[in-house]
Amino acid sequence: MSTPTSATGRVIQATRPLNTGRNGEMRPTALIFLVLLWLSLFVAFAVLITLLITIFITGQNKLTWNLVTNFPSADPEEAGARPAILGSVWAIGATAVMTLPLGIAAAVHLEEFADRKRWFNKFVELNVQNLAAVPSIVYGLLALAFLSMLGVTNKNIVIGGAFALTLLILPVIIIATREALRAVPREIRDGSLALGASQWQTTWRQVLPASVPGIATGSILALSRALGEAAPLLVLGALVYITFDPNGLLSGYTTLPIQIFNWTGRPQEGFHELAGATSLLLLAVLILMNALAIFIRNKFQKRW
Amino acid sequence: MSTSTSPSTGAAAPAAAHPHFQAAESRRVAETPSGLIRCEDVNVYYGDFRAVTGVNLEFGRNEITALIGPSGCGKSTLLRSLNRMNDLVDGARVEGNVIFQEEDIYAKGVDPIEVRRRIGMVFQKPNPFPKSIYDNIAYGPRVTGMKVDSMDDLVEEALTRSALWGEVKDKLKQSAFGLSGGQQQRLCIARTIAVQPDVILMDEPCSALDPIATSRIEDLMHELRKDYTIIIVTHNMQQAARVADRTAFFTALADETTGDRTGVLVEYDLTKNIFEQPQDQRTEDYISGRFG
Repeated sequence: MSTPTSATGRVIQATRPLNTGRNGEMRPTALIFLVLLWLSLFVAFAVLITLLITIFITGQNKLTWNLVTNFPSADPEEAGARPAILGSVWAIGATAVMTLPLGIAAAVHLEEFADRKRWFNKFVELNVQNLAAVPSIVYGLLALAFLSMLGVTNKNIVIGGAFALTLLILPVIIIATREALRAVPREIRDGSLALGASQWQTTWRQVLPASVPGIATGSILALSRALGEAAPLLVLGALVYITFDPNGLLSGYTTLPIQIFNWTGRPQEGFHELAGATSLLLLAVLILMNALAIFIRNKFQKRW
Repeated sequence: MSTSTSPSTGAAAPAAAHPHFQAAESRRVAETPSGLIRCEDVNVYYGDFRAVTGVNLEFGRNEITALIGPSGCGKSTLLRSLNRMNDLVDGARVEGNVIFQEEDIYAKGVDPIEVRRRIGMVFQKPNPFPKSIYDNIAYGPRVTGMKVDSMDDLVEEALTRSALWGEVKDKLKQSAFGLSGGQQQRLCIARTIAVQPDVILMDEPCSALDPIATSRIEDLMHELRKDYTIIIVTHNMQQAARVADRTAFFTALADETTGDRTGVLVEYDLTKNIFEQPQDQRTEDYISGRFG
């Protein structure tokens, strides 16, 4: 075997023996980099943990059935978040009913039927991406303007809030649905079409059922974002003292984030505790929703 | 009969020049194909790119015709234009006529959905639907609105004719994804014949399968030939020699001015003649392994 030479004819040889007596992965630059990475993770995690512990310490005393069953009151010992819980359920339910059919249908059109070469479809596609990044308060203002145009005087109604939240998460649902549709392999569509199925039958009977897990996961995550939103609802005047159960789409309401916001602004310590307890409740619901999304993804995910 | 797009350049090869190819089982095949499907001066374009140029070809009823040739010679493209699957590709366009049962399938007013039901297709990679075995078969008849007395009987018949019934009859309700690759491909063939097409197009149906599964599919093709017309694209010359009654050899030619490559039909004849006495030097070179 000859000694390897470079293009210029210089002899190339290993300058160090294999046994250097130390581990190359433990060199100072590598170690500093590793410590920096670890510190970044620590900071992010520590902040989160601190926040959770603080909330828990603040709110633990008020985490009772009163919180769920009682109406707000001037006395922090008696007050509960019952209307806010029901208001959140109403608002998110109405949002889901409006946004799911719209979002899924729009995504199906963009992904399965629209001619991607046409400038109009490219334009829509680009803007859906952009809309997902618009600050939520802008959607609140849009809903406010829309309701004023319709001549609605009391804008703090379930359907108004749901309208703002629908606008907010519609782009997210469209994007999630498109990803789910795109994950269905071309071969499934070809197989169906080659049997004499129409494009419509193929979409309805093959592509959509196969992408349901992805759509469900994306939708649940989008709805949990809507559940935690306060800004667009504040613009619509949801920051009010509600002492009745919301009972319809035109009913006045408040939601959990807004109830939290309300109580945090009060001077009495008891209300701060209530805000902490309500935050824990909201967090628990969000964790449950995200867990459900992950469960659906893992359980029904198709391996092609 | 021999169709040649250019005059043959080489002398006729000596008979039995390729002893390693066994000719298809002896079977009487008409000298000229019956022309159930005819390509008349077919050009296929993807946008400005001409993938296939000037193909004239007649496929015989109840025969297996193999399309062979090196990569990029347009054989799969031509196959997909025979049942308008190419319509689904952005920018794809067909010039010339594809005549099926004396009707041009690209004529105005022809429903591509009906064309695809009558001319079915089996793909390179087995592509069962994410449904049960039963529903995979029943899907075609359901979506095409076939009048069926008993779906159970239809499913059984399709599976029996695809030599799969014995293996799956006890697990019809189970997912088709649980089957082996070869079984999945036979399921795809069963699914195709369930809608009772006249022609089955096969696009390299065995390229993802092991030799044993391949040989079962080839046996099945011999069975199916009694009732269907089969056109198969294959990279495997031995496979063409084993199954096909006729073979068409394609190659890619570079345009003299632009240098763009386009697929052309070089030679079309009985498989026996293609493999034992090809008329064109390029065919001879290809089947003897000198290029491609």
